[in-house]
Amino acid sequence: MAKIVIDGVTYEVNGDNNLLQECLSKGLDLPYFCWHPCMGSVGACRQCAVKQYRDADDQKGTLVMACMTKANDGSIISIEDEEAKKFRANVIESLMISHPHDCPVCEEGGECHLQDMTLMSGHNYRRYDRKKVTHRNQYLGPFVGHEMNRCITCYRCVRFYDDYAGGTDLAAQASHHHTYFGRQSDGFLESEFSGNLVEMCPTGVFTDATFSAHYSRKWDLQTAPSVCVGCAVGCNTTPGERYGELRRIVNRYHGDVNGYFLCDRGRFGYGFVNSAERLAESQQGKGTGRRTVSEDEAVLELNRILDGGQVIGIGSPRASVEANLALLQRVGGDNFYAGVSDAEFAQLQILKQLSGESALHAPSVREIEECDAVLVLGEDVTNTAPRIALALRQSARNRADELAAAAGIPSWQDAAVRELAQRELSPVYLLSGYATRLDDIARATVVDSAPGLTQLAQALARTLDSAAPTPAATLQEEQKQLLGSIADDLKGARRPLIVCGTGSGSEALLKAAANVARALATARGGDQAVDFCCVVPEVNSVGLVLMAGETQSLGLALKKMQAGDVQAAVVLENDLFGRAPQSQVEAALAGVGQLVAIDQLPTRTTELADLVIAGTSFAEQQGTYINYEGRAQTSMQVFMNNQAARPAWKWLRKESETTLAGLLQTAETTLEGLAGITAILPVSAAAVAGMKYPRQSHRYSGRTAIQAAANVHEGKQPEDRDSIMAFSMEGMSSQRDTAVLPNTWAPRWNSNQSVSKFLDEVGGHLRQGNPGRLLFTRNGSSAGYFEPESAAVTTGDFTLIPAYQLYGSDELSARAEVVNERLTGAYVALAPHDAQQLGVAANDLVTVSADQEALDYPVCIRRSVKPGTIVAFTPAGQFPVAGAGDQVSLSKAQGSGQARFGNLIVSDLQQEGI
Amino acid sequence: MNSNLIASSATSDKIQARELTASEIEEIEHEKTLYPDKQAVGLEALKIVQKHQGWVSDESLLAISRYLDIPVSELEGVATFFNLVFRRPVGKHVMLFCDSVSCWIMGCENIRAHISQKLGIDYGETTADGEFTLLPVPCLGDCDRAPVMMVDENQHRNLTAEKVDAIIQQYRNNEPGEQGS
Repeated sequence: MAKIVIDGVTYEVNGDNNLLQECLSKGLDLPYFCWHPCMGSVGACRQCAVKQYRDADDQKGTLVMACMTKANDGSIISIEDEEAKKFRANVIESLMISHPHDCPVCEEGGECHLQDMTLMSGHNYRRYDRKKVTHRNQYLGPFVGHEMNRCITCYRCVRFYDDYAGGTDLAAQASHHHTYFGRQSDGFLESEFSGNLVEMCPTGVFTDATFSAHYSRKWDLQTAPSVCVGCAVGCNTTPGERYGELRRIVNRYHGDVNGYFLCDRGRFGYGFVNSAERLAESQQGKGTGRRTVSEDEAVLELNRILDGGQVIGIGSPRASVEANLALLQRVGGDNFYAGVSDAEFAQLQILKQLSGESALHAPSVREIEECDAVLVLGEDVTNTAPRIALALRQSARNRADELAAAAGIPSWQDAAVRELAQRELSPVYLLSGYATRLDDIARATVVDSAPGLTQLAQALARTLDSAAPTPAATLQEEQKQLLGSIADDLKGARRPLIVCGTGSGSEALLKAAANVARALATARGGDQAVDFCCVVPEVNSVGLVLMAGETQSLGLALKKMQAGDVQAAVVLENDLFGRAPQSQVEAALAGVGQLVAIDQLPTRTTELADLVIAGTSFAEQQGTYINYEGRAQTSMQVFMNNQAARPAWKWLRKESETTLAGLLQTAETTLEGLAGITAILPVSAAAVAGMKYPRQSHRYSGRTAIQAAANVHEGKQPEDRDSIMAFSMEGMSSQRDTAVLPNTWAPRWNSNQSVSKFLDEVGGHLRQGNPGRLLFTRNGSSAGYFEPESAAVTTGDFTLIPAYQLYGSDELSARAEVVNERLTGAYVALAPHDAQQLGVAANDLVTVSADQEALDYPVCIRRSVKPGTIVAFTPAGQFPVAGAGDQVSLSKAQGSGQARFGNLIVSDLQQEGI
Repeated sequence: MNSNLIASSATSDKIQARELTASEIEEIEHEKTLYPDKQAVGLEALKIVQKHQGWVSDESLLAISRYLDIPVSELEGVATFFNLVFRRPVGKHVMLFCDSVSCWIMGCENIRAHISQKLGIDYGETTADGEFTLLPVPCLGDCDRAPVMMVDENQHRNLTAEKVDAIIQQYRNNEPGEQGS
């Protein structure tokens, strides 16, 4: 701890930090642009100038940039010094010279860091009356708008996009007053994290194009703390609603999970909530006999079926814990099945088994960033858990920080650290089925099918610990050498990390990965848990597997249905056709008496249901989701569905008195895996006289007139009986409890940069603690190494490797209209040699056939695909022709495919012929 | 760093990379031996291509980007940072006319007006016959002999209207310009 004096007040600070960090952490207002807690300082904008004094006798002092000056013990500085204030006002006046007067029509207006800083710096009269520099804007795709005239050249965009997120298609161009931030030519931004530019840019150069299309000011949006449902990371978000429509999603800070950043699927994939396809009302009957039923009729019918006996429930990994619980409690644990594919179910069971092991630790995103040696086994995290991919990119930079520390350079001296480290990175080894977007940070990559990678992983476990099982195959010298380097790097690292997941589709690979982590724990002395990050596919995959019994697989449910043992099946937020082969699903549906489907959007399953119950989206309900690390998080309801859709847990509850908290309390006592889950519910202890926390800002406009077009009477605000938040402007101040903070705002800080006011230190943790709770209790010792199993032999010429896509693998975001423009369709990627052998070119159709199934896929040719394997992408909602590691046959089919390779962002796509 | 190939995939429908010529490749290869990695050769490669082609077209830019595995946006950043890397076609002869303080004191504005009037071009423009492009530069380091301009590689000092006429005629006749003063 160091002591520094700021404007006569003494503060205890971390002497390794810079002055700007410390001023902001202490809640002081000091303007800045180019600095960011995750990206450090470059001293480019000169906006954070303060006066520094040599000692108590120094009356004159010198101007220094706070972001570039260490908070050394005994420092004496002044923010309020007149010269410093004047300097800052002059700097911002220069930055603003060409900035247009377009705030009233700018999407950033009202939440603009530049507006806030301009006001804070006291530059409120513009003297420059000459011609301004103007630029031509670019088309950057459907997500991000571009208005270069607003740029103040702080370089934050490229420092995030290129330096932090590893993007290659956005760069600073030209120089001095012509400096331009854009692509080489028009075209969509290729980074999976491009949406962060919207929040990273201090003004309105990069804006959310999806928001612009139905714009509202920040203060006119009804918001609530929410959790992204796009994947299993569980990033915290703030969705905003106006006029019954979800208008946008922005990042909500969580110190352990997403920090300051979201991926583009999470930010821009919300359109399904507003989809015209939404199931607005419940329906009964099939085909032409289908008719809309009222809420009361629907409830009666649903209860009649549920009380009729012999009912099974099929839960969902994309539904909340509460929705699944309500179903489970209605049908009973023995009749509740996990609505995921059987292969995935088997993998999730292994994860469940591993979740109790004390030798392993599921790292948070922040912890992943701290790891300094990484081995990825068969998981394409960029497309299955993008926020983790962004974290892995930061973990590779730990080497730079080590070098800097050795040279006595503070890690926040960004330019100096980068100059020193050049291309040196911490070791990252990528063993995957195909080339991935992280290849550029990899020390070595191996591309192989799951069986091949499994052998390598088994051998690696054995290299790390001689007690590990003997691998099934012998390796080549080259492979042995690689495994030797991997083992050395993992053993020697300060904090090594093993990343795997269900994405490989292989149970054997998951087991082998666990063996590697166990062997590593032993090799490192066994007293410290090894970081073992197991990625799962959906927002509540972990929650579902903690609720469903160990044998309650979908395959079993379908068999029972087919055998006619089941009177009725209730399918919760799930399309069975995406979870099991079509023939199996069809046979099961033919055997079941009645099918009930609860969902928000029509699917092939709802089409065939006897009763379709209109469910709500994540934004229209409160719910709990459990992420990949076992972190249970509450997502608050943002707005009320103004049609007849209701949350699934409400449809399913037996007693109308059952509450969300009640459901969780029952679960806590009956389901071992959910112990402790009620602790995450926001408590209204501070609530006075039953007051709730408002979802609308104190500046919310037009509340009394918002319904005027429909009715001249001022309508009552909808009542929220389920939570401690209200659809209102009035109530308790939410500023003191970040668990119910609807959006980030502080006096004088209207932009998202106000988040610093809620943190223990900038870039740190939320002052009241990060919301959510880790449910895994690790007190068990390892059950011993998994023994390698010989894989079942199948026939065929090619080994199948499943692929994933940011836009296409997730069922809900894929149905957002704006995402459609970037959607990737089904494809099979072949090695150039194999394509030649088969006589197929890109865009041709091939028939992929396995044991019983055959499907046609358009072909793309990827240079790094291993000959003898095919990389198959099957969009959400469809079931792949075969499983990972299965042998399949390929033949050329007639016609050409509707391939959408234009949106395929892979590093090894062969261009010719497309 | 194969990530560059991603960046070029989105631009390829608009621009097709051209083939670099054998002599361009030879010179770029030589430069590569002088730097620790090929990405460092970006600027030199731009200069080499400009020397051979007169300017750097989109097709050339993409060709260098592919050849050196530098993201095309990054290479564009380098190309546009330097005023003398030409991203638009220029005339056969490029006149770099100093408009800095010493030349201004010595009346360069009159000479500039004379050139513009004679060739019918302003700063940044090229004559219709493709012979001359006129560009301003801040200083040519010859202040004691101002006004000064550089045509191609040759410096012309103590400029007068008459001298400018003669210089233009020389270049039109394909005669090399004066070397000393």
